[in-house]
Amino acid sequence: MTPSARRWAFLIAGAGLVAFYLWGLTGLPGFGDYPGPYGFILNQVAVGQTKATAVVSAINFEYRGFDTVGEEFILFVAAAGVSVVLRHLRGERDRSAMDEALGRGAAPTSDAVRMVALVFTGPTVVIGWYLATHAQTSPSGGFQGGVVLATAFILIYLSGQFLMFKRVSPVALADAAEAVGAGGFALVGLSALPLSMPYLSNVLPLGHTPGAIDSSGTIALISLFVGVEVAAAFVLIVGELLEQTLLVRQEGG
Amino acid sequence: MTGVVAVTTPYSVPVPLMDALQVTVLVLVAAGATAVVLTRRPVRQVIVLSAYGLMLAILFMAFQAPDVTLSELTVGGVALPLLLLLALAKVRKKEE
Repeated sequence: MTPSARRWAFLIAGAGLVAFYLWGLTGLPGFGDYPGPYGFILNQVAVGQTKATAVVSAINFEYRGFDTVGEEFILFVAAAGVSVVLRHLRGERDRSAMDEALGRGAAPTSDAVRMVALVFTGPTVVIGWYLATHAQTSPSGGFQGGVVLATAFILIYLSGQFLMFKRVSPVALADAAEAVGAGGFALVGLSALPLSMPYLSNVLPLGHTPGAIDSSGTIALISLFVGVEVAAAFVLIVGELLEQTLLVRQEGG
Repeated sequence: MTGVVAVTTPYSVPVPLMDALQVTVLVLVAAGATAVVLTRRPVRQVIVLSAYGLMLAILFMAFQAPDVTLSELTVGGVALPLLLLLALAKVRKKEE
């Protein structure tokens, strides 16, 4: 096919795509248009039924809790997969990974970065813990809280303390935390079965004050388990990648 | 359609102002996405991607989804750029 023929093929196909795309756009519902009834219904009944003032959390961990179990295990399997693949490589001699500029030390971490990282580590832990344990009261939840908690560990690494990063997040502990988080979620769901209720039914007392820390029963508990699982998964993945990168640096220089 | 229950949202911000904010942030996000694509050097691209993640977080805030904002802030602003930087560091060692 000559270049000019190819150009014509592209132009005709591109014009067709634009025409169909614009046609499709004209058929879209208006901006912010919401036809379904479920959102309106949940806005009315969710707080009364679950005693959680954060309706999004109530939906995630209660009304569609089974979907969230699936998402949870996607992350669990992804983290497990990364560890399996990278740990297998560690035993091998990766010849192509040799650093050829021998005797060149890694650049030291600047004082500014260390300072900022250290100052932010404490508040990050507090915010992450708050988010993971207050899913029932305000917009937050286990996923957000878990990622923020993992960020605290990354800040420790950023402050130039890789050894400290490994000490506060040993692989065995992160492995165990990830398993406890994922398994805890599944077990909370199973705990409804002996009471002859459906999987993931809210079996715990809901409390009296909507949005209080002891309200919403299993929603708060599941959120905490999700937080532990997500934090451990991110620390594991980042830890494995860091170790790979530093191993290469060590072997070479 | 079937209006099961009428919902009144108590806006504390005037609606025209909210619309203006949403349009502004949408334009910013479009510009940010273009900037990510146009950046050629991978390391620099990761930093631009991180800034783009922050813009997306502001977008979700303007569209009243604070919980999605929190997720995007941490995943798009920190976790994803960090993973990419680590992968780049590993690949670069191989190339040298």
